[in-house]
Amino acid sequence: MITIEHLTKSYGRTDVVSDFSLTIPDGESIALWGPNGAGKTTVVRCLLGLVTYDGEIRVGGLDAAKQGKSVRGAMGYVPQELSFYDEMTVYDLLDYSAALRSLPPERVDDVLATVDLGDHRNKKIRELSGGLKQRVGIASALIPDPPILLLDEPTSNLDARARDAAIELLQGLRDDGRTLVVTSHHVEEMAMLVDRVVAMEQGKITVICDPSDLAEQLGLRAWLHLILTNGSAPHAIEILENRGFTAKLNSRGILVEVSSQGKGEAVGILQSAGIEINDLEVWR
Amino acid sequence: MTTFQIEPTTERAQPSMVRVVAGKELTDATHSKWFWMWTAAFAGLAAVMASVALPGSQVGGYGTFGRTAASLVALAQIIVPLMGLTLGAYSIAGQRENGALRFLLSHPISRSEAFLGTYLGLAVALAATVFGGFGVAGLIAVVQGGGANAGSFVLIAVLSWLLAVSMLGFGMLISTFARSGSAALGIAIFFWLALAFLGDLGVMGTSVATKLPTWGLLLSAVLNPVEAFRLASLSAFTGSLDVLGPAGRYAVDTFGDMLSWILFITVAIWAIVPTGLAWFRFTRKGDV
Repeated sequence: MITIEHLTKSYGRTDVVSDFSLTIPDGESIALWGPNGAGKTTVVRCLLGLVTYDGEIRVGGLDAAKQGKSVRGAMGYVPQELSFYDEMTVYDLLDYSAALRSLPPERVDDVLATVDLGDHRNKKIRELSGGLKQRVGIASALIPDPPILLLDEPTSNLDARARDAAIELLQGLRDDGRTLVVTSHHVEEMAMLVDRVVAMEQGKITVICDPSDLAEQLGLRAWLHLILTNGSAPHAIEILENRGFTAKLNSRGILVEVSSQGKGEAVGILQSAGIEINDLEVWR
Repeated sequence: MTTFQIEPTTERAQPSMVRVVAGKELTDATHSKWFWMWTAAFAGLAAVMASVALPGSQVGGYGTFGRTAASLVALAQIIVPLMGLTLGAYSIAGQRENGALRFLLSHPISRSEAFLGTYLGLAVALAATVFGGFGVAGLIAVVQGGGANAGSFVLIAVLSWLLAVSMLGFGMLISTFARSGSAALGIAIFFWLALAFLGDLGVMGTSVATKLPTWGLLLSAVLNPVEAFRLASLSAFTGSLDVLGPAGRYAVDTFGDMLSWILFITVAIWAIVPTGLAWFRFTRKGDV
């Protein structure tokens, strides 16, 4: 269990994290959600003992400030981007990570197989795509087979395909019963990955909720961009407005304002009316 | 894996962890073009200086090793501080800037282990450069028929390495304060200029302006680690400090045969103090 009590981190007179308290039971996956500067990454750095702080963090009963080595031994950390050790090969980097945990090199082969990086083991880090670098970061975090994984914006630098693959991998790790602490500002990813979302703003917790409720709780709305068959747009707008939606014409289709729960409803209404939808995307 | 207990491990620095980090630093250094550039430059210049020493002659009362050593002291007091300072300055600040330090410290490793590993790895890399350069020069001197003063030659090589690790410590101290690798390098180069050039002129100017007593001049000279190295080296193979004028004669008269050892210990202290300060700063302060 991770227990954070009255965590405060200041730089000069500015509180980056202020009176943050949270309990994370074993096996739960939580997301620290918020805009840039909300303090979510700082909370992760406090957990790792990378920064000094006021308040108390206990992990598995140990004080993270006083027994940092022991606490970090139970954690795997995935950085936002692997932008260092460019000249090392994948294998050498993971071997170094294993050595820093006093683990045998054989463990490297196990994690290379787990994250499907076996074909890239002799490539240099600088030769890898963003998605593969992210896998190396995850592989490094998995070397000790830790009960806790800390992931800092794990999908922020990935394209859609690599993001889907990363989320699938992380879902598997979550299903193994690990505790996941993920920082992110993507609402959709949270819903797929975590049990609970801790929304932050200016260093403070604003909402703790189920990921599916986050958009509603925070009043977040999005625009659904629908590409329709030729000539059906005016009729579609009329139908949607009659059902209480705000909709307008767009150069390539229509825009419908929706809540996080309302996307399926809008699409269903149009399909029931026999309007064919060629494509759709969500704009935030 | 639904419930877990963490087995507490020792929080004290473990030599095995220091060795892992040191090995990584040494490997990185030997893969760095800067390392090979410094090594080639120092070895090349040392070879040139050893080659131009007149074979078989006794200029100024020194044998071939002595003349080569005198040349190498002049070379080392310029190049060695620059090597140590730049390597040290970039070490922590550069890793902090690109995220490598955060990655390293996310492992079950203490800051002391990370610092000592980095320091030792770079100190060994500097040893390879310094002793490589002196080794090349020494071989050339032997080929030219030298052999006398070999002990002093080795002592000066050791002093040069101590100067290198002293500057490494200063560089790492700068690195703990600097916000970026480039800022740390800039400060390090300014510091090098101050030590290598301004320090000497400053001591001379101050002694004239303030009419420093002879012991004060000697003390102010060894307060500059580069000057302390120069005096220790000169004392090692000439037994005198005439270069300091009356202060040098005062030192020889006061300390006698102990002078070389006192100066050697002074350089050794300079190798420890900045490193200790950098360690203290890195382990007590500094968010990454």
